[in-house]
Amino acid sequence: MFYREAGQFKTSYAADQAIFPILQDRLFVIAVLAVAYLVIPFISTPYFLVTIMIPSLIFCIAALGLNVLTGYAGQLSLGTGGFMAVGAYATFKMTTMFPELNIVIVFLLSGVFAAAVGVLFGLPSLRIKGFYLAVATLAAQFFLIWLFNRVGWFSNYDPSGTISMPPRDVFGIRVVGSGAAPEVRYLMVLTLVVVFCLLVKNLVRSRMGRTWMAVRDMDIAAEIIGIRLMWAKLSAFAISSYLCGVAGGLYFAVYLRTVETIAFDVVLSFVVLFMIIVGGLGSVLGSILGAFFITAIPVILTRAPHDLGIPISVDMAQHLEVIIFGSLIIFFLIVEPHGLARLWQIAKEKLRRWPFPY
Amino acid sequence: MQVLFDFLIGPFFQIFEAPIFFVEVVIGGMAAGIMYALVAIGFAVIFKASGIVNFAQGAMVLFAGLTLVGFLQMGAPLWLALIATVVVMVALAYAVERVVLGPLVNQPLIVLFMATIGLSFVIEGFGELAWGSDVHRLDVGLPRGSFFVGDIMIDRFHLVAAGSAGALVVAIVLFMQYTKFGRALRAVADDHQAALSVGIPLRMIWVITWSIAGVIALVAGVMWGTQAGIQFSLVLIAFKALPVLILGGFNSITGAIVAGLIIGVGETVFEVYWGQMMGGATENWFAYVVAMIFLFFRPQGLFGERIIERV
Amino acid sequence: MRAPATEAANATETGKTVLSAENISLTFGGLKALRDVSFDVKKGEIRAIIGPNGAGKTSMLNCINGFYHPQEGTITFKGVARRRARPDRIARQGIARTFQNVALFKGMSTLDNIMTGRLTKMHTNFLLQAIYWGPNQREEIAHREVCERIIDFLEIEHIRNTPVGRLPYGLQKRVELARALAMEPDLLLLDEPMAGMNLEEKQDMCRFILDTNHQLGTTIVLIEHDMGVVMDLSDRVAVLDYGNLIADGRPDDVQSDQRVIDAYLGVSHQ
Ligand SMILES: Nc1ncnc2c1ncn2[C@@H]1O[C@H](COP(=O)(O)OP(=O)(O)OP(=O)(O)O)[C@@H](O)[C@H]1O
Ligand SMILES: [Mg+2]
Repeated sequence: MFYREAGQFKTSYAADQAIFPILQDRLFVIAVLAVAYLVIPFISTPYFLVTIMIPSLIFCIAALGLNVLTGYAGQLSLGTGGFMAVGAYATFKMTTMFPELNIVIVFLLSGVFAAAVGVLFGLPSLRIKGFYLAVATLAAQFFLIWLFNRVGWFSNYDPSGTISMPPRDVFGIRVVGSGAAPEVRYLMVLTLVVVFCLLVKNLVRSRMGRTWMAVRDMDIAAEIIGIRLMWAKLSAFAISSYLCGVAGGLYFAVYLRTVETIAFDVVLSFVVLFMIIVGGLGSVLGSILGAFFITAIPVILTRAPHDLGIPISVDMAQHLEVIIFGSLIIFFLIVEPHGLARLWQIAKEKLRRWPFPY
Repeated sequence: MQVLFDFLIGPFFQIFEAPIFFVEVVIGGMAAGIMYALVAIGFAVIFKASGIVNFAQGAMVLFAGLTLVGFLQMGAPLWLALIATVVVMVALAYAVERVVLGPLVNQPLIVLFMATIGLSFVIEGFGELAWGSDVHRLDVGLPRGSFFVGDIMIDRFHLVAAGSAGALVVAIVLFMQYTKFGRALRAVADDHQAALSVGIPLRMIWVITWSIAGVIALVAGVMWGTQAGIQFSLVLIAFKALPVLILGGFNSITGAIVAGLIIGVGETVFEVYWGQMMGGATENWFAYVVAMIFLFFRPQGLFGERIIERV
Repeated sequence: MRAPATEAANATETGKTVLSAENISLTFGGLKALRDVSFDVKKGEIRAIIGPNGAGKTSMLNCINGFYHPQEGTITFKGVARRRARPDRIARQGIARTFQNVALFKGMSTLDNIMTGRLTKMHTNFLLQAIYWGPNQREEIAHREVCERIIDFLEIEHIRNTPVGRLPYGLQKRVELARALAMEPDLLLLDEPMAGMNLEEKQDMCRFILDTNHQLGTTIVLIEHDMGVVMDLSDRVAVLDYGNLIADGRPDDVQSDQRVIDAYLGVSHQ
């Protein structure tokens, strides 16, 4: 009833190709943004911002990155944690070497390093695919973590290899490091997420996105219609790792603030992979939904029993979390391979037909 | 210059100066390699029958080990605990077939691979939920200690590990060649559709292969557990079977063993002679990087044949 | 950049050889898929390749568009000889094709599939694409218009936004042709475009092939098992059997060639 595109005729290809062709969708997105910018920072507790919103938003960028590579270009990667670590250490090195450099620029630049490393570790994708590639990307994961852990230069020779984010201001406002208000951190990350979502959405509905999807769906046919597989795959690796790198920088500087390399181990790679499977492979919306969903589970799992008065040990909660993650993956792969994003679409379809069942 | 020397020439000097030590290092590497091979064989069995790369094989090793330790701690005698664990592994195989593989039967293999990643988490979570996540000591009375052959020290336990790997391979080969199920299994591996059309129950085959993989996981769990205790890191160690498989080619059990040895020896020698210069712990990545570089030049693996795709 | 003048000149020079394959031999392990096959295609014609199953027809097309690399022989396209070239290069030189088993991009809509045919002709860089608005949008619209014309031409307006995986087989083949046409090729290779179609669909497809040839002036190489279709459509027919070229000429001559008759009869008795 309320969600109808009836009567909204497109009179030009430009209107038909718009990012949200349907009026209700446009209104909905505007409403979400308004809530995110104008309501959430003022009504939520710092706890909620710090444990749910900030990590979820950071994972949105990482998930977006992996989705470009795996969901759009069809190259399965298990190296996300490694690429995020590159971003984190690049952020740390740059900001300690050039303390004057605007920290937002530092974040954006650290993605460039991750992109370069991503391209390097993406080279095997020119020869191998599928599961073989997944194993090759594990090389990135394990080698990079080892590198940051063992080579003192990366952590400015901290004996335990730990890096800590020094405080940084932008326009006189403390945005990272001790003393940065959760609201400010939240708004900064939110803005980056909005920008990157928009850019990626634009990319995937342009030539680049079609190139990636062609390679994903059938690489032989893609080559025969003139796509250079090498460019298609390496560009996917570059852009994907760029986003993962930026996410890694934020994960370190804005969320954890003090990290050891272990924070970026292979489990992180799986967590981000789970986000895009649950959220929806090959969907920008799916990356967002998945990131929020998977980030929220552990928090809910540790809070809910407590709130309900069921005693549950930390260990138990952790094991349950692992089981739930695993089951969710299997569940979604079997029942809804297109993830939450698809469920959302189905819900919209229903809404459109309402009150009729078909 | 000095760096180059240290890197390119120095280690070889060391090898020549202390050959006995070198041989011991190699033997240590082979022992590690057999351990990888034990896990890799589990992968290979499932791959051969279904084309699925079972990422959960490592979790199954942990699960089998934990279950065995759990039964032992409940006071069961060893033989009973072993049988009970095998029963649990078969039940697990059945459950996996029902819940995961069955519903995904016609999906692309990469989807099944991702599903086994999820499965890996589930199995691991259940194992630890049921038996706790501390490090468990496992002692099933395998011989420990060492003896000398000439100047070279040999660990009895390593011999046992090699022996069981060998026995396992022989058992699998015999099973494949001489039993009805084994033949059916090979038929399925050759051609799913054809196997189905002559009435081989595919689902049955899958339960059996996953059971075999479960038993192999138990053997690997016992070996690993005796050496290092049963703990979560087993899952990570088992990851290393993946590059081993890539080198060896997925459907070759001999390939798995040869590649396991290559990786085991390679990473140990590299760590001892080169790793120290680089800060140590290079075995964390050595296998993967070798596999990655190797794949770049020979995508079909060590023993695989190059296939030309068709359209 | 090709000068428009030469393009115009080419168009008038029908009958000029655009593609010639000389002494092509291709083997897989021990199997000889093509033996010393020579073959040419003239501008503006419809050239058919026929032969029993496994004769090497698809392999021939695969050689032409660089997917297989013959062990011996040279292929010359638009006067340029090549030995080993990657398929994407050859596509950019102006050869498009469809496949015997539909090779569409299953996860994309009909329109997007056809738009992939335009990829080699789009040039905005990725930063402009990320911004979308401006040059990229103009380019998208320009190419969308081309694709819409092809959609009209092939009468598939109603399935424009349908994911191709959900289309019936006959329509999938048509979308595949649309994608190939979107590449605006000089030479179009069609591998059994009518296999598995009912009579009506076949008639439609024949019409599209003829229209493409007449209206767009596209040179076509066609593999087809239906003899009636081949006789109606093609200007010249090459016959392969066991990797050998056993006849080559006008449809009527080929049809009455004793070796061709034997080859077909031999197969049908097997
Ligand atoms: N990639 C490949 N690897 C191995 N053998 C191949 C390959 N491609 C083709 N062949 C073999 O080459 C021979 C010719 O095959 P091709 O596909 O060219 O036949 P065709 O004439 O197109 O037959 P059909 O009418 O069945 O399509 C066949 O024997 C086939 O098995
Ligand atoms: Mg063919």
